[in-house]
Amino acid sequence: MKFLALLALAALAAGCASAPTPALFAVVPAPDGHVGAVVVRTDRDERVINSAYGAQRLKSDGSIEAQKLTPAEVRRDFGSTLDALPGKPAMFMLYFLEGKDELTVDSKAEMEKVFSELKRRPLPDIMVIGHTDTVGGLAFNDRLSLARAERLREMMIGLGIPPGRIAAAGRGKRELLVPTEDNVSEPRNRRVEINVR
Amino acid sequence: MRKWILAAALAAVFPAVAADVGLIKVSKGSVQIQRGASKVPATVGAGVQASDVILTGADGAAGITFTDNSLVSVGPNSVFAIDKYSFDTTTHQGEFEGNLKQGRLAAVSGKMVKQSPESMKIRTPSAIMGVRGTEFLVQVDGKAK
Repeated sequence: MKFLALLALAALAAGCASAPTPALFAVVPAPDGHVGAVVVRTDRDERVINSAYGAQRLKSDGSIEAQKLTPAEVRRDFGSTLDALPGKPAMFMLYFLEGKDELTVDSKAEMEKVFSELKRRPLPDIMVIGHTDTVGGLAFNDRLSLARAERLREMMIGLGIPPGRIAAAGRGKRELLVPTEDNVSEPRNRRVEINVR
Repeated sequence: MRKWILAAALAAVFPAVAADVGLIKVSKGSVQIQRGASKVPATVGAGVQASDVILTGADGAAGITFTDNSLVSVGPNSVFAIDKYSFDTTTHQGEFEGNLKQGRLAAVSGKMVKQSPESMKIRTPSAIMGVRGTEFLVQVDGKAK
């Protein structure tokens, strides 16, 4: 009898130690309406969520229940969390003269817009990302794209932005704005993207 | 020579800057960053690094931007650890493993997930979520350790 009680206690303790911690996972539509997907895995189950307000609730017995949240429930349970989500980064595109790290005339004007965006954000940080067209090899374009980004970074520092707040990166010909064959001169691909976070 | 020594001294005092993977952009109520054994208030503009843990009080919430443009906010009474973070700005390859031990989280995935789905993962004590896209929420009902 005593032995049985001990056994029951041991089973209970083991149960407690491995009892799953309840959790809720949900997909919500982005401000532009886009709905993404996540996949939830436990040691015995796998669930995909790919609908707006779709959710999966992991319970303490280890089971997973599919749910559909309402916007009001999301507001109630995640209101202060969602309010703290930083705004989406703002994006700007500036264009370069062929094979050079010099901006086109129109793009010099676009810089003005970048500066007004910087004033709107608390402690903005900036990522300057250079891109090239497909003329030349991968390594050449990686270097050229970084040179363009760094040139722009220096221009922005010259205009008064603290250097510590701007980073530069080069994507080479990996992310074409206008898809082309290799070795095609395309002005719209010779650009620098500015992300203001 | 003097200039070089000064630069070296400055680098020793501020080694953190280069390793920042994110920035605190929103901080409400009680929010702290635990880095190793030390805890500092998570003020707006503070850098966030891999292995940091974000801790919020009952009135707390924090919003973080990461270098791949991922956005994460942590709600009240939460413990969120950044277990792993790496991002290559040229190839967009990377890895983001967050660990929500307790509380609430909202997030918008960034460039690394666009490049490779599920490169961003959020762990909870009993499950792991792979992120294939954009905006999602996680809540963990467990007690703090």
